[in-house]
Amino acid sequence: MSQYKTQSHKIGIYLWIWALLFVFSFFSYMVDYLNFEGTLRWTLILAFMVSKAALIVAVFMHLFWERYAIVNVLLWPMTLMLLFVGIMAADSEYTLLTRLFYFAAGS
Amino acid sequence: MNRALGKLPKGWGGLTHDWGSDQRVFKGIPWNKAMMWIFLLSDTFIFMCALISYMTVRASTAASWPDASVVFELEIFGTSVPLLLIAIMTFVLISSSGTMAIAVKYGYEKNRKLCTIFLLLTAVCGATFVGMQAFEWTKLILHEGVRPWGNPFGAEQFGAFFFMITGFHGTHVTIGVIFLLIMAKKTWQGDFDTGRKGFFTSVTSNYRAIEIMGLYWHFVDLVWVFIFAFFYLW
Repeated sequence: MSQYKTQSHKIGIYLWIWALLFVFSFFSYMVDYLNFEGTLRWTLILAFMVSKAALIVAVFMHLFWERYAIVNVLLWPMTLMLLFVGIMAADSEYTLLTRLFYFAAGS
Repeated sequence: MNRALGKLPKGWGGLTHDWGSDQRVFKGIPWNKAMMWIFLLSDTFIFMCALISYMTVRASTAASWPDASVVFELEIFGTSVPLLLIAIMTFVLISSSGTMAIAVKYGYEKNRKLCTIFLLLTAVCGATFVGMQAFEWTKLILHEGVRPWGNPFGAEQFGAFFFMITGFHGTHVTIGVIFLLIMAKKTWQGDFDTGRKGFFTSVTSNYRAIEIMGLYWHFVDLVWVFIFAFFYLW
């Protein structure tokens, strides 16, 4: 047992993160409830989403206390996926453009 | 943590040391926990593929995408509140993550009773979540007529992505609830104190199993954070 690190932390930190997750979820729900539109809406949704995800991974999943050997194995592939998102976003814009063009042209 | 592990270099120096030491890479982590992390990484890829294809289809369709706050509104006392059920589901799943984290903590403290109680609370929250999802699906299928190939609200692809993404997530929650109940039973029996062998394995169990269970459960909550943002709020 002693060769492994045990993740024992004070209960207070879990309760704090739990409360923060509630607050962020409430705020992101409010973004919809108050009908924020456009860039403001997307920025707020993404900001609350990333904050919640970071809190869950760092504290609840204890990644903050793990050695860099595993942290880097997990976070780099996830970061690289943003590239995939970017490629597909660009591709879908192109598809939309061609669709609108040919639907309007009628053939 | 024992003294040998405490002596190893930390941070970036630790990264090169661990990967270049010609020994096991993940020091201080049991193999089953490392494998759970690798599994979760691969599961991330699956959910990412689902969400990216959803993004691609939604951004490239010429038809207008259904407005989620209208599709998922719930009528309460005569007034309709947008996304009410989804908001409640979100809070329930976050609460289950909180109770799971506390169960892991009590597990490491070898507090058999409180660990079992918090595992059961987590399972109850998870089952509640799946129940509400079943209610939502029933409402959309039977009353609104949403199908994978069409719906009355807008772009036809909406149903296909809704059922695939929330269905796959719901499956994860259901599997999690089943394993939470198994873990609660094992904890209550004292399997982790006596080191009793598991059903499928010759390896003796201990309370680290609760942390590994917790990793899976927090991951399910993590995926919901992204589904909530991209599918329901966007």
